[in-house]
Amino acid sequence: MRKQLVKSVEKILSEDTNTVLLLGDIGVFGFRNSLKKHPNRAYNIGILEQSTISLSAGMSKTGLIPFVHTIAPFLVERAFEQLKIDFGYQNLNGNFISVGASYDYASLGCTHHCPGDVNILYAIPNMEILLPGTSKELDSLINECYDNGKPTYYRLSEHENDFSNDVKVGRANLIKKGSDATIICFGNSLSSVIESTKNMDVTILYYTSVRPFDGDLLLDNFNQNIIIVEPFYEGSVNFEVTKTLKDKKYSLYNIGVPREFIMKYGKKEEVDKFVGLDQKSINENINKILCRI
Amino acid sequence: MKNKLIEKIVRIAHKANEGHIGSSLSILDILFVLYNDILNVESIRKNDLDRDRFILSKGHASLGLFVILSEFNLLEENVFNFCEFNSSLGGHPCDKLKFVESSTGSLGHGLPIAVGMALSNKIQNFNGNVYTLIGDGEANEGTIWESALLASHHKLNNLFCIMDHNHSGDRALNIDSIMDKFNSFGWECLEVDGHDHIELIRSMSKKCSKPTFILANTTKGKGIDFMENNPEWHHKSPTDEQLKEIIDKL
Repeated sequence: MRKQLVKSVEKILSEDTNTVLLLGDIGVFGFRNSLKKHPNRAYNIGILEQSTISLSAGMSKTGLIPFVHTIAPFLVERAFEQLKIDFGYQNLNGNFISVGASYDYASLGCTHHCPGDVNILYAIPNMEILLPGTSKELDSLINECYDNGKPTYYRLSEHENDFSNDVKVGRANLIKKGSDATIICFGNSLSSVIESTKNMDVTILYYTSVRPFDGDLLLDNFNQNIIIVEPFYEGSVNFEVTKTLKDKKYSLYNIGVPREFIMKYGKKEEVDKFVGLDQKSINENINKILCRI
Repeated sequence: MKNKLIEKIVRIAHKANEGHIGSSLSILDILFVLYNDILNVESIRKNDLDRDRFILSKGHASLGLFVILSEFNLLEENVFNFCEFNSSLGGHPCDKLKFVESSTGSLGHGLPIAVGMALSNKIQNFNGNVYTLIGDGEANEGTIWESALLASHHKLNNLFCIMDHNHSGDRALNIDSIMDKFNSFGWECLEVDGHDHIELIRSMSKKCSKPTFILANTTKGKGIDFMENNPEWHHKSPTDEQLKEIIDKL
């Protein structure tokens, strides 16, 4: 997805002279052409995430559209107050693009994990939260909303779904229709969810947009059994679901990253297995839920 | 003139039972000079994209800013509405208020935002300068020093950072040798009496090739003897008797 990010942003930088790129000393080699081609609008700004976010707010206030890119925990958690006040409170146009998702950098340990990003940023009113599942979806989403006047977070991962959907901000996709449960899944968890439920009679709704949230598709595909599969902290989007289904009676089940520090290293796939987000574990967990119903 | 502004600040704080009077008074001369002599106020009034911009980074002194904006006809609301439920004039400035360039209140945000504006002005070949006012206590924040590094690296000679050195920080983490510190970060550094208009005008008008840091030595609570350098008045409003005493003295 990072290669696509470079392509998409390079194209936007070339076509829209109001855009600026600020790298937190991450992705510098990948963006080498942009840095060379647009020395006045593309910067390796340094390792100072808090000031970078505030600085980009100053740029946004004076007519530029910033893209800020670094690893998820430094972008979201270190600079949270700057995102909250400078962009959320002031409702400014800005694009914040992370890499690493929950634990793509599994071997680097907890300092580089960020399963809390969706939950944390959801606490900032006005902040759009987008989770492309493939490179093509990233290109589509970033082009749709980079200049929409709002602060937007893009959650990128090195691990993609097997196929792309036609995605739009604030609109979810109906992947499969069934009767035993409605499964809501996000970003790059779609392929695992499809594979792990291939013999099940379930509805699958695919979301690339947490905020704005497509409540209509969920209402249209309501089932008394709702299962949320989140490749980030479990329960991060429960509020959107419960708000949407406020007048309904249903059972809600969460499959996601447990709210614990993951004291393991290794590879992303190994951590998936450890936390129960590999295909086999998702299949077993959904089966258990369906057996209980 | 100055006593009239001081009286207004105190009357408003008394009415609202809110406001950081001490800081509002220590920055009053700096703000007056900025709007009277330095900023292109007509361009601000016309909301030109290329305009001089001022950010009150130490947002808790909003009462001082609002009184000055009112004085220069840049406030569309009655300043005596300060901190009322439906007022736009809060205890910290909000950018939804016309002519307030940025919302502030959490310390250490205004300077990096000003750095972004100054860099943006360079990118877009704008002529406007960017001015921000920070506190000495605020300089405890790491973003002040991150910004000092950024401004110098990007040679932002269109940026002026004024420090209201009213010694608020002395009781916690005192910043020693402030001039040396900013100087070592690559700024043009000037030290002035923050209540002397001539010195303030000279320092804010100086052109150079670097960002400019102005250490403005001020007195917290300036103009009201029993408030001067008295930390009790950092965030306190006068009683009816104290208000009468202040007005009599002024």
